[in-house]
Amino acid sequence: MNKIISSVAICLLSITILSSCQQDKKLPFYGERHAETVKDAAGVEKIDTVYQTIPNWSFLNQDSVVTTNKATDGKVYVADFFFTSCTTICPTMHRNLMTVYKEFNTNPDVMFVSHTIDFKYDRPYVLKKYAQKLGVDGSKWLFLYGSKDSVYTLAEKNYLVAVGEDSTAKDGYIHQGYLVLIDKDRRIRGAYDGTKEDQVEQLRKDIPVLLAEYKK
Amino acid sequence: MRKYVINSSLLLSVIAVIISCQNQETIDLHNYMSNGKDIYKAKCQNCHGENGEGLGQLAPPLTDSVFLKTNRDRLACIIKNGANESFIINGKEYKEKMPAFPELADIDVAQVMVYITNSFGNKQGFVPYAQVSKNLQNCK
Repeated sequence: MNKIISSVAICLLSITILSSCQQDKKLPFYGERHAETVKDAAGVEKIDTVYQTIPNWSFLNQDSVVTTNKATDGKVYVADFFFTSCTTICPTMHRNLMTVYKEFNTNPDVMFVSHTIDFKYDRPYVLKKYAQKLGVDGSKWLFLYGSKDSVYTLAEKNYLVAVGEDSTAKDGYIHQGYLVLIDKDRRIRGAYDGTKEDQVEQLRKDIPVLLAEYKK
Repeated sequence: MRKYVINSSLLLSVIAVIISCQNQETIDLHNYMSNGKDIYKAKCQNCHGENGEGLGQLAPPLTDSVFLKTNRDRLACIIKNGANESFIINGKEYKEKMPAFPELADIDVAQVMVYITNSFGNKQGFVPYAQVSKNLQNCK
């Protein structure tokens, strides 16, 4: 009898521990970090970790309207780099991202940002046409156009996604197919290979986890 | 009696030849289908999707049997050389440019074409390599 009671107790205990683990689940932080001495509200000095953040930006969106980081400030968003005439990984990336977009379409705290790396051809009206044909309407999913320098620097230095021109590549550009998850404080919290369905599924599951961090 | 035996064996061998012919075609179909699937995954699936469902209005689905049938002799050319014209597929217009795949050999084109025209609900049967090769020589 004692044995039964103790085994039931152990089971209950492990269930409690496991479920409490899940509640505390937090996404990792990516990029560089450094320690900084900060003063808290009470004026007491303490050491805090400062994570890499996405800097201010300003680009034209698919409606040719100047759009800045204000559009995504205070929101969780998914960023990627693509170009409209890409026939290799981009269609798959956006096909997969579309499923995530549809799921969070009504959530005001979630946004999507796609930067074109084809600064020669992908003018805003081209992006607009692409967005419409993909099935995206409205401004929840931004398609942004900017100069080569500004977009490429943002990709490589800040979002940690490799992009480049390559005349030997089939469509003239090469880039990684990462979908980068950014939190409300502009920190990188996830990078998912947009060409792999299981990773995109993980992104779909991680967005609510990230949103939950802000609810406490 | 002898004549009877000879006749029937002749008949039997003719039947055997016919059956083995059909078998050869079935075997070819299976080969084309399995190789075609690999080529489809590598070259077509990005835009046209795993189940030939297409991508929005950017890439048309490959499920329009009527289109596939009426354009049967052109399919090989479209696969190899791409397309830069508008198509009406399942009643919708698609105007995006399709890229060319010059790296595909005639046999690759034949295999992927047989795969597409016999998948996603299509059932148009086997097309031999020789026929595809001929079609490819007459591309516009």
